[in-house]
Amino acid sequence: MTTTTRTLRPRLLGRVAGYLFLAAGAVVSIVPFYWMVVASTRDNAELFRSPPPFLPGGRLLHNLVSLQHSIGFTRVMANSLGIAVVYTVLSSLISAMCGYGLAKYRFRGRGLLLGLVLATMMIPFQVLLVPLFQMMSNLGWIDTYQAVIIPFLANSFGIFLMRQAFLDFPDELIESARMDGAGDLRIFYRIVLPVVRPQLGALAIFTFMSQWNAFLWPLLMLNTEDKYTAPVALYTLVGQSHVDYSGLILGSFLATLPLMLVFFVFQKQFVSGLLGGAVKG
Amino acid sequence: MTVDVTREAVRAPAPAGPRPGRGGGRRGLPRLTPWIFAGPATALFVLFFAYPLLASVYQSFTADRDGAQTWVGLAQYRRMLHDPVFWASLRNTGLILIVQVPVMIGLALLLAYGLNRSWLRFRSTWRIAYFLPAVTMLVAYSVVFRVLLKTDGGMVNQTLHAVGLPEVDWLNSPGWARLALIGSITWRWTGYNAIILLAGLQGIGREQYEAAAIDGAGAFTTFTRVIIPQLRPVILFCSVTSTIGTLQLFDENYVLTKGGPGNATMTPVLYLYKVGFEQLDFGYAAAIAWVVVLLIGLISFVQFRFLGKDRSRR
Repeated sequence: MTTTTRTLRPRLLGRVAGYLFLAAGAVVSIVPFYWMVVASTRDNAELFRSPPPFLPGGRLLHNLVSLQHSIGFTRVMANSLGIAVVYTVLSSLISAMCGYGLAKYRFRGRGLLLGLVLATMMIPFQVLLVPLFQMMSNLGWIDTYQAVIIPFLANSFGIFLMRQAFLDFPDELIESARMDGAGDLRIFYRIVLPVVRPQLGALAIFTFMSQWNAFLWPLLMLNTEDKYTAPVALYTLVGQSHVDYSGLILGSFLATLPLMLVFFVFQKQFVSGLLGGAVKG
Repeated sequence: MTVDVTREAVRAPAPAGPRPGRGGGRRGLPRLTPWIFAGPATALFVLFFAYPLLASVYQSFTADRDGAQTWVGLAQYRRMLHDPVFWASLRNTGLILIVQVPVMIGLALLLAYGLNRSWLRFRSTWRIAYFLPAVTMLVAYSVVFRVLLKTDGGMVNQTLHAVGLPEVDWLNSPGWARLALIGSITWRWTGYNAIILLAGLQGIGREQYEAAAIDGAGAFTTFTRVIIPQLRPVILFCSVTSTIGTLQLFDENYVLTKGGPGNATMTPVLYLYKVGFEQLDFGYAAAIAWVVVLLIGLISFVQFRFLGKDRSRR
């Protein structure tokens, strides 16, 4: 009897401490989201009064209208979505194809290409900012969507991820398909690609999220308001002399929603994609 | 991510590709089939990576003299040595690297450890709660923190006031602005690292814990002697990605403080953005960018040397 209480008490204490620690962390994580909901449904005066409001108010529609009026919110969200979707589809496809070429063929220049991909992965894109900007301006691409999308379509991380996936694909299957007279492209699309769908899915989610988040490059490229992506448009709101805080928070919340949605729907692929090659060692 | 995928790739054996001599090669022509697959990416890399990369190397040795790009040798790099703003940006980055990254990874490790306890209920709910900050849009969360930290009436100051603490001029005083930046980044990325570390923890076999328990190891000893050494590759991964992220910091401080007050939250990338696109000093911006690249390479190398080595082995 005494021995059980003696071992139980520290264990119980440990659990209580554990739950307290986890709960504290969770509160810090979640509070800003709750506050976003409150702020989005209040007006500026309510937001900064003392004590601050703790419950959502009734100004959601009002804030939506003002956000639409100030930055054309539906338009910039549509821009963000369009850019992210086009970028994700093209980039995932190009990465998968390149990964397949690198994994399943030997050809002259393969080593060089692999080196180039490696280099892209190690060198931060900020190095390219100035020359790429000049290039875009020489091409007359400034303030166009292709300037936002095209320069970063070849994604070295994606190429490696896909190459890794294709390396595990049995050569015999490709061989036998070839015996049956299938062409290389047909084999790729019909036989190989469906098998690596999980990795492709993880890559697509990642690509989408990174493009949805992209700020610096679109900020440099786009300068007409109705072409802005959501982060660029939200940023312009911050700089105004009379900031519409409720609208700003509502916009931030809504702009984050697609990312949360993607996360909730694809949680499993998400975590595995996140880990990439991290947990192999 | 970057790092380990790279290492894997280097280690991966050359593919036993289907028949080297297939396709055009038989007729002595260059083989075209592989390039159908690799061609688009290669063209994009050459155009939008290799070319601008070389251009930026060249640019970093030039300056704009009366509208003409002139070769100035190492002058731009020398200029950096005496540029207080550049040094300020390095000091800020150093501070984040030394303070924020270890604190964040330590916290993430504890969270991951807690999330991995067998007695924990509602595991996936906890996981979602921690991961949620990591899926907020970078600009959006920076905006939110900017408003939360507003000096008059901001939620943080109201809370401080309510518990009887003095209010703080968060974004307008150097020390507090740095703390605000560090706090924001920590909020955004701790859960992300925790989830990665958790996956690593789940990879540790039950028998390792049992062996430790048989040897009479307590929770603390198990944590330091079993868990941390086993997790080393994952911790390395988290440190390297966090370091790279820190050295490339832009969105957060651009939105929160624009690098102010008085360059207290300036970072090299924000500075190169200002130099390049506000002062239109392209040569200097390119030189700054290359110093950032060298720093990332150097620090990652050091981390690999110290964290990558298995020290428990005799």
